[in-house]
Amino acid sequence: MKLVTAIIKPFKLDDVREALSEVGVKGITVTEVKGFGRQKGHTELYRGAEYVVDFLPKVKVEVAVAADIVDKVVDAIRNAANTGKIGDGKIFVSNIEQVVRIRTGETGPEAL
Amino acid sequence: MQLKLIPAKRLAPAVGLAALLPALAFAEDAPTLSAGDTAWMLTATALVLFMTIPGLSLFYAGMVRAKNALSVLMQCFAITALMTILWALYGYSVAFGGEGAYWGGLSKAFLAGVTVDSLSGTIPETVFMTFQMTFAIITPALIVGAFAERMKFSAMLIFMALWLTFVYAPIAHWVWGDGGWLGNKGILDFAGGTVVHINAGVAGLVAAIIVGRRKGYPGTAMMPHNLTYTIIGAGMLWVGWFGFNAGSELAADGTAGMAMAVTQIATAAAALGWMFMEWMVHGKPSVLGIASGAVAGLVAITPASGSAGPMGAIAIGAAAGVGCFFGATKLKRMLGYDDSLDAFGVHGVGGIIGALLTGVFADPSLGGAGLGVEEGGIAAQVSVQALGIVATIVYTAVVTAVILLVLKVIIGLRVSEEEETEGLDLSQHDERAYNL
Repeated sequence: MKLVTAIIKPFKLDDVREALSEVGVKGITVTEVKGFGRQKGHTELYRGAEYVVDFLPKVKVEVAVAADIVDKVVDAIRNAANTGKIGDGKIFVSNIEQVVRIRTGETGPEAL
Repeated sequence: MQLKLIPAKRLAPAVGLAALLPALAFAEDAPTLSAGDTAWMLTATALVLFMTIPGLSLFYAGMVRAKNALSVLMQCFAITALMTILWALYGYSVAFGGEGAYWGGLSKAFLAGVTVDSLSGTIPETVFMTFQMTFAIITPALIVGAFAERMKFSAMLIFMALWLTFVYAPIAHWVWGDGGWLGNKGILDFAGGTVVHINAGVAGLVAAIIVGRRKGYPGTAMMPHNLTYTIIGAGMLWVGWFGFNAGSELAADGTAGMAMAVTQIATAAAALGWMFMEWMVHGKPSVLGIASGAVAGLVAITPASGSAGPMGAIAIGAAAGVGCFFGATKLKRMLGYDDSLDAFGVHGVGGIIGALLTGVFADPSLGGAGLGVEEGGIAAQVSVQALGIVATIVYTAVVTAVILLVLKVIIGLRVSEEEETEGLDLSQHDERAYNL
């Protein structure tokens, strides 16, 4: 089982959610986050006073999937979130040791 | 007796004088109450109060950080209440109580003689007194922008009480009072360019310097916390200003109508002036910019609103929009003082530009209603305007500095560093603006 964590541009969230549904993902977790990468921050200007805002708003999408579909999931996110411009974000893939469905107590791939 | 009160504000523009001449022919005729004038002045008075609460209060509150939003609203509200009482006790008398070059005396202290029947020109004196009271409220409230986010509330209240007494009331008398020395020289200040805006702007500059910079200025980010409030406040100021300028005619007549027209036109020109300057210099037009430009235009047309024509208004507004843009964005940074919300950059600079250009665009050849001086033309008028500006700047700077320095020694002007970091809302009022 794999955990796919993607940091994407907020306006791409709907596209990513649809793309994930199409490849059979049953659930995702979304968090509004702030950070910086190569895009860095931006500047704001108030009556000539310039303020550098270091952290930009992004959306973090977390998807737990079976190992056999992880490549399809990564491709789906990449295609949906890509604008070709700086600041499109990153996708991280990591291993999941165990999954438990709280309601039934099922574990492993059954619980995904 | 009451007749004397008409000229107070209307004698200054030559046109007002001319209009009065036929009336003087009837010499001893006592003025009678005009229902039309009275109805308009009741309305205008409410409009000017609306400029301070909530107009100016919101304009300022939006520009401070969230932790100080209530403190600014509170300062403006408390000033409104305190100035009202002081004006009734003695302020009105000092400014308009009687004849004199420098003050009006104390004959109308405690509003003695201001009754249901007393008239000021063609309106009840109660209305005139209350109308002037709203000016005595907004002028000190304008200064709040200069020392926002760091001044102790108690010190602020005492400062404002002393400032009304020793700065505002006397200067109001100089320009508008019976026998006031600046009024006698033919200065054109229809609605308060010197009395209100230069006066408050310079007092703000002095206060910003004596109170000192905010902790962390200019290194740390101090972004406006809610520009939605600021643009709402600017809109309210714009609307309320028709009471301020057109109301200063003290009558519902042609001059009031022209005052309304030029106020609208100059404000639009200044809003565009600031917006386009910012667009050129910084690359984008901003909400704070266009709102600031509108206020700069309102300030600049104030002294000229009884004498300039519509095309003169465009010139005055555009000059103020561009000039105040540099006042608020460049001058402050160059000189290093922390005038938090640009009380000087907008009201001081805009007031000076407006007061000088009033002398130019009052000339009939430029579409104006006529000069206040009898000879010498535009040059003579501009030099009288300059004299008024310099006299106001020197007097208000010196007296404001003395008041603040004395208070600094006796009770201190600033909150502690810890309280400043915590924010004035919590440290001064035990409240916060947003419990989200």
